Amino acid sequence: MTGFKTPLKIAGGVALASLLLSLPALGQDAAPAEEVAVTLSEGVSADVVFILNSLLMIIGGILVFWMAAGFAMVEAGMVRTKNVSMQLLKNVSLFAVACLMYYLIGYNLMYPLGNWAMGSDETGGYLGAFGIAILEAVGITADSADDFSYAATSSDFFFQVMFCATTASIVSGTLAERIKLLPFLLFTVVLTALIYPIQASWKWGGGFLDSQFGFLDFAGSTVVHSVGGWAALAGVILLGARRGKYNADGSVNAMPGSSMPLATLGVFILWMGWYGFNGASQLAMGSVGDVADVGRIMANTNAGAVGGALAALVLTAIIYKKVDLTFVLNGALAGLVAVTAEPLTPGLGTATIIGAVGGLLVVFSVPLLDKLKIDDVVGAIPVHLFAGIWGTIAVVFTNPDATLGGQLISIIIVGIFVFVVSFVVWFILKSIMGLRPTAEDEDLGLDKAEVGVEAYPEFK
Amino acid sequence: MKLVVAIIKPSRLEEVRQALNSLDVHGMTVTEVKGYGRQKGHSEIYRGTEYAVHFLPKLKVEIAVDDAIADAVSTAIRDAAQTGRIGDGKIFVLDLLAVTRIRTGETGASAL
Repeated sequence: MTGFKTPLKIAGGVALASLLLSLPALGQDAAPAEEVAVTLSEGVSADVVFILNSLLMIIGGILVFWMAAGFAMVEAGMVRTKNVSMQLLKNVSLFAVACLMYYLIGYNLMYPLGNWAMGSDETGGYLGAFGIAILEAVGITADSADDFSYAATSSDFFFQVMFCATTASIVSGTLAERIKLLPFLLFTVVLTALIYPIQASWKWGGGFLDSQFGFLDFAGSTVVHSVGGWAALAGVILLGARRGKYNADGSVNAMPGSSMPLATLGVFILWMGWYGFNGASQLAMGSVGDVADVGRIMANTNAGAVGGALAALVLTAIIYKKVDLTFVLNGALAGLVAVTAEPLTPGLGTATIIGAVGGLLVVFSVPLLDKLKIDDVVGAIPVHLFAGIWGTIAVVFTNPDATLGGQLISIIIVGIFVFVVSFVVWFILKSIMGLRPTAEDEDLGLDKAEVGVEAYPEFK
Repeated sequence: MKLVVAIIKPSRLEEVRQALNSLDVHGMTVTEVKGYGRQKGHSEIYRGTEYAVHFLPKLKVEIAVDDAIADAVSTAIRDAAQTGRIGDGKIFVLDLLAVTRIRTGETGASAL
């Protein structure tokens, strides 16, 4: 029932290969317009550039914040009714923890602005600065701004703190329905205070991956999404599967989610938030080129989701004879993750194909994880880790500044760092306090056992 | 007095209710249940895993009736609930020892 015939495999492989070979051709845009004789302005003043850059990140931050609602709804919909309150609680509290840790430690660790504790901008930055995040004073002027050529520090912090929270959200979906709240939040503390900011500084903070390997990751296929995926993978290996998920003979028991409407709503919310996630990562909107780029990024972001959703739809129809809604949802997200590494340079067609490959990866890898007895409740590892790695590699197809070597080395370095440190932290937490609730509590449901507020109290 | 217990397909409830109304039976209790007889379950696929659903949703309709109309009630339910396909259900008739109307305290046939 789940296998498919060899000729189909070969045909699929040939189709994929020809798609990938055609990627450069699909990157073509319209021919450039001729010079207009009359110029109405010569750009905007430096004040307005600062304002528009800051505005972009203010709006972007709000959109990325909204992704927290998306994660919460997807996860609430994909877990069983008896665990919904716990899942929602994890989402709200991890968000708060992430923002607090990023303020206390993460922001300056990630953006030391040249003041590296270990290394330097020239030789390679390894460990950023220590200190709490401090915004500019109230009512700054152009003279008193931290970086007048860029944007308000407040808008930068507001935007970036949301990325930190997004990374933490990825982990909660994989580990759902059988993890205690406290060890999960303690892991989140370490992830958001240290793991995420340190590896992010290596690229976005001007660290060694950026300066020495020419690593390109526009909005974080590796820096955000694969990081969440590696942390989740380390956790799920130590946590184990849900009780009753896998039988001794290797067969799998399906545990359908409680609400497809919530799961779908969550995906659309994430999709919308991604316009801020990718679009505002341009970090500039004060010129004709920049604002056009922002629009282009958003169109490509959408195209990625489209490709991923359609690929999953077609593939599940072929393999299973019925289209699985949850795969289409995962596919859309995987498509979004895939274009996140480079949403600017591709053409719309290429962006769609890059997203489609993300969708393919998800449909194949979800059953694969089950074969390995890795119980990923929402498919976060396929969506964020596998599609994140693919998206990071795909940068070389459309951006000539990227090198395959640079991308691969960076993927590996970040992967090893995040996986190993996460594994150690999860291991320590497991040894000290245990990660799982008791078997009785897990069967009863975490809403009753740990939260004390049932999500569906009248549903008897 | 008899207690007529019928396990029927959920889609037939309205027909059964109307059929009983025309017999002047105006009270019943309906419970959502799961069950199977000769109608096997079906299989579904969730995220690449095939699983069997053995139990099917049914409705249990319970009516307390006078001995005189018990047979007529059973027949009416059968006619209304039947679709001709496997899974139509079953009707059980049990002896009912006592009935009390809670509001007034009436017992026996006048409480039906």
